[in-house]
Amino acid sequence: MECVFGMVGDGFALVAADTSAVHSILVHKSNEDKVMILDSHKLLGASGEAGDRVQFTEYIQKNVHVYEFRNGIPLTTAATANFTRCELALALRKNPYFVNILLAGYDKNIGPSLYYIDYIATLHKVDKGAFGYGSYFSLSMMDRHYKSGMSLEEAIDLVDKCIIEIRSRLVVAPPNFVIKIVDKDGAREYAWRESIKDAAGVSAA
Amino acid sequence: MSIFEYNGSAVVAMVGKNCFAIASDRRLGVNLQTIATDFQRIFKIHDKLYIGLSGLATDVQTLYQRLIFRHKLYQLREERDMKPQTFASLVSAILYEKRFGPYFCQPVIAGLGDDDVPFICTMDCIGAKELAKDFVVSGTASESLYGACESMYKPNMEPEELFETISQALLSSVDRDCLSGWGGHVLLVTSTEVQERTLKGRMD
Repeated sequence: MECVFGMVGDGFALVAADTSAVHSILVHKSNEDKVMILDSHKLLGASGEAGDRVQFTEYIQKNVHVYEFRNGIPLTTAATANFTRCELALALRKNPYFVNILLAGYDKNIGPSLYYIDYIATLHKVDKGAFGYGSYFSLSMMDRHYKSGMSLEEAIDLVDKCIIEIRSRLVVAPPNFVIKIVDKDGAREYAWRESIKDAAGVSAA
Repeated sequence: MSIFEYNGSAVVAMVGKNCFAIASDRRLGVNLQTIATDFQRIFKIHDKLYIGLSGLATDVQTLYQRLIFRHKLYQLREERDMKPQTFASLVSAILYEKRFGPYFCQPVIAGLGDDDVPFICTMDCIGAKELAKDFVVSGTASESLYGACESMYKPNMEPEELFETISQALLSSVDRDCLSGWGGHVLLVTSTEVQERTLKGRMD
């Protein structure tokens, strides 16, 4: 029941994801970070099969870094999205990755952008996007309340509305979410929305 | 649900008097959920040649990238644009290469050949060409499109009338198909100009 969603606002883009690591009926941990910071101005929110998610997003992150080292300039968000799509498309008919991706980035002359990349390598530039069962609720909330050029406060308010909807209406709703944003000052973690805190450590009786 | 119906699509091309029109819907869906309402399915190969790709969106994008690559190489070698008939044969060959693991796409090719004679054709996902003199259709709404085009089409229509006809045929067909719609994208190409227009239909 993984939920990843994101939107573009005025001069920023944000990605929110749930933070449960689940294996069948067991929740391994509730603070798994599924939104990777690719480089200074890019975020990659991923959902899907756990091993593929970590492997594939780390692979993309390292390739983005290598490009910057080799060429001296960072990849644009659009180029990163196309590179990611190509990697997924090449693997699709051999050894597919079951990872759905929302790529958010900020480029100096272009501004913020958000790319929806399906696990079968469908790429589309969007203003708002979502994956997973939570998408049925978050996309509808965003369709109702989203407008282009929202301020950060308005966007976080909308994210909270989506999280409330997911928590109240999804049968096995993830308890905790992480929200990360990217704007001209870079990509960073914005907030956690926790309703269950993992125990720091259990002492043996 | 079939793999061809995963994303939902509708593409149609019609021949007029020294012109052609190609139109598609704008929905990108994942089964029953709509993801975007501005998805592009018609791509320009060169000024007088367009290809509309219906079917699985990932293969639409991969196939488009491969075709534009092949056409650019052709332009570099031959120092001219590809004729529509040649391009159709190229698409057919590329699709048949994947005969036992195909691209899940049905292309619609429309172009102006020598002397500005319009050319349209469609093919199935493994490259069986279907040339037509009047109209070609593909996508999840293809059956509705066949009916609408058959009843609305007249030969030798002028550009304005052709635009009107193809728009009405597309909108009325996608209205009967839940997987395609959310407006339309129409390109009308004559020997002198290209008109690109977005249609607003039932947004559902």
